[in-house]
Amino acid sequence: MDNFLAARSQMAVSLGFHIVFSCIGMVMPFFMAVAHFLWLRTGNENYKNITKAWSKGVAIFFATGAVSGTVLSFELGLLWPEFMKHAGPIFGMPFSLEGTAFFIEAIALGFFLYGWNTFNRWFHWVTGVVVGVSGIVSGILVVAANSWMNSPSGFDYINGKYTNIDPIKAMFNDAWFSQALHMTIAAFAATGFAVAGIHALMIIRKQNVGFHAAAFRITAMFAVVAAILQPLSGDISAKFVAKNQPAKLAAMEAHFKTQTYSPLIIGGVPDTKNQEVKYAVELPGMLSLMVNDKFDSEVIGLDRIPVKDQPPVAVTHYAFQIMVAAGMVMLGISLLYLLAVFKFKQWLSKEWLFKIFVAATPLGFLAVEAGWTVTEVGRQPWIIQGVMRTADAVTPMPGIMYSFYLFTVVYFSLAVAVTFLLGRQIKMVPVIYDHTNLNLQS
Amino acid sequence: MIYVIIGFLWVSLLIYLLMGGADFGAGILELFTAKDNKSHVRKTSYQAIGPIWEANHMWLIIAVVILFVGFPQVYTTVSVYLHIPLVIMLMGIIARGTAFSFRNYDAIKDNMQRVYNKIYVYSSFITPLFLGVIAGSAVSRKIDTESNSFLSAYVYDWFNWFSFSVGFFTVTLCGFLAAIFLVGEVKDEISKQAFRRKAVKMNVAMLIWAVILFVASIADGIPLLNWLFGNIISLLTIISAAIALVFLWIAIVKDQVAIMRLIAGFMVTMLLIAVTYAHYPNIVLLKNGDELSLLNHKAPQKTIDSLGIALLIGSLFILPALFYLVYSFGKRKHGTAHHN
Repeated sequence: MDNFLAARSQMAVSLGFHIVFSCIGMVMPFFMAVAHFLWLRTGNENYKNITKAWSKGVAIFFATGAVSGTVLSFELGLLWPEFMKHAGPIFGMPFSLEGTAFFIEAIALGFFLYGWNTFNRWFHWVTGVVVGVSGIVSGILVVAANSWMNSPSGFDYINGKYTNIDPIKAMFNDAWFSQALHMTIAAFAATGFAVAGIHALMIIRKQNVGFHAAAFRITAMFAVVAAILQPLSGDISAKFVAKNQPAKLAAMEAHFKTQTYSPLIIGGVPDTKNQEVKYAVELPGMLSLMVNDKFDSEVIGLDRIPVKDQPPVAVTHYAFQIMVAAGMVMLGISLLYLLAVFKFKQWLSKEWLFKIFVAATPLGFLAVEAGWTVTEVGRQPWIIQGVMRTADAVTPMPGIMYSFYLFTVVYFSLAVAVTFLLGRQIKMVPVIYDHTNLNLQS
Repeated sequence: MIYVIIGFLWVSLLIYLLMGGADFGAGILELFTAKDNKSHVRKTSYQAIGPIWEANHMWLIIAVVILFVGFPQVYTTVSVYLHIPLVIMLMGIIARGTAFSFRNYDAIKDNMQRVYNKIYVYSSFITPLFLGVIAGSAVSRKIDTESNSFLSAYVYDWFNWFSFSVGFFTVTLCGFLAAIFLVGEVKDEISKQAFRRKAVKMNVAMLIWAVILFVASIADGIPLLNWLFGNIISLLTIISAAIALVFLWIAIVKDQVAIMRLIAGFMVTMLLIAVTYAHYPNIVLLKNGDELSLLNHKAPQKTIDSLGIALLIGSLFILPALFYLVYSFGKRKHGTAHHN
């Protein structure tokens, strides 16, 4: 395996896992805080049990997210030293603030996990909220650093030199808001659907139904709201990408030919050699409408982008299709659930509704991974859009493939271990958290 | 502002060495404890470090962020040429962090605990070993940025007597810190005795490795003696660390918990001053005679200013919160907290 490909693969694997661990680690505290709040308000022990059970999940995911994040802060240098040498001082601002946010999160988590029966109940609740808020702030800051790679600003690049550096301007680059918004909502939708799906499965299996039904209601609400908001933030992102990274948009849409009344291409197999998409559904003019709000506007196609500056079209296009499709399915399920909650209350006791949620368990994370692929692969061949090529940033050390194999094995083992531990948490719900139907079990 | 940043970098390293060190040391002690007593060491250390566990390891992240934002050339040089020990250290960090939380949060306490414990104790050993190796290599003048051969560019930089001696010295230092810390965490006299014995063993091991370190430095042509005794500051700090060791033992025998922790902290601070002052402001010494300096290889001024401000603001949040965390769990342990 070529060194450059190995480095890219290792980065993809590391981030692919980290993104899951950290999304769950930053969203679960909010579920926990709601359940905790309901317990403090109503005194209903069920909510206390849910809070405790979820807090174990938070602890497990926080630990894995924290170590995989620590590893990433080194991997940036281990794999992309040339990039970090120049970019570090420019886009480092969000990382230095993120250090603080992450630290606060770790401290608050210490208070929360070990503070049962020790502090004032509301102080204890607030520490849980602080875990969530500082997690979200960390996430936004890290995404702001990534968005700088997509829309670099806060420096002048003259004759190969990076001058006039302004880290604050770099942090508030043009893409930070749309990307941070899209990622944050995605984290809520993905975690919401994943957790709701697990509780739905337990409801279908008729285990600790009271416990799981209450947990389901809380997570489903987060999931549903996020899934409904997400297409709106997606629209903001798409418009931004069209303006800022036309090559990425063209690859996402497999849009080869610059034209007015550009069609929106759904599905299909892009053929880069013949510059066409086979077997696709085309909606005439819709792409122009989507990115510029006008049917007759021109959308830049790949024909305007020099071949050496084009991202891999097929991967970007497929990933984008997967993300949008998953998003649309989640939107549909969400609208259905809202109908059930506000109109057809009898659906809420029907098994098919829970079956739908079980089926949707992985959808959110599928969309997150696909979206991440779109933004990263769609930026290629650049590591800093238009400024530095990824190939020029890679480490001179040979043999990165071995490091890639090692990291892959480690991350897969971690994923297996985390799944195993969550399985055991769920299995032990009747024993540790919810004693109400112990008799039924034995 | 650059001095504020260097100050933060230094303090982060110091706290990581103290808190993270005691924390690694708890695992090291567990590794070197007879089977029957392992669970006792485990329980004590879990109760002592559980709440601040995650926070202890944030200091490393702070130090890394300071390096890559403020001193990118230092960060990238180390990342390129010490790639292999860094990866081993990262594997240790992953294994340790996850094994520690898995063993506490696994809902079923069965044979899997043995797996987590094994991973935890070995990674508690490997991680500080390689942290020491990396630190030793950075100043060993073995980092060869001009070689075309894989071995001399990426292996011999760190695979040498000196770097590993620094690594093993770091391991014993961590074990020593943990033993001192844990003596104060147990109540009954038998456990106290046990941890005192561990402290003695670790102290002896530490001195042995210090001697080996000197021999290795001579073998590898590293002027360690000159660094430690060649300037007045290092000389004074080394002497005060040595004197402090005597008082430390008096405090241990008299069972004065606060005093012995203070003295142990003082000793480590003195050691860190001694070894960092000798090269200051240089932080990486290369084979070709070049030095990477915190003053000459820093990021542009605007970056330094904003990094400094970010760190100052950050510490306004972090330090009081961390202090309150340590304080309230310390108070609870000594049984004075109220329960509701």
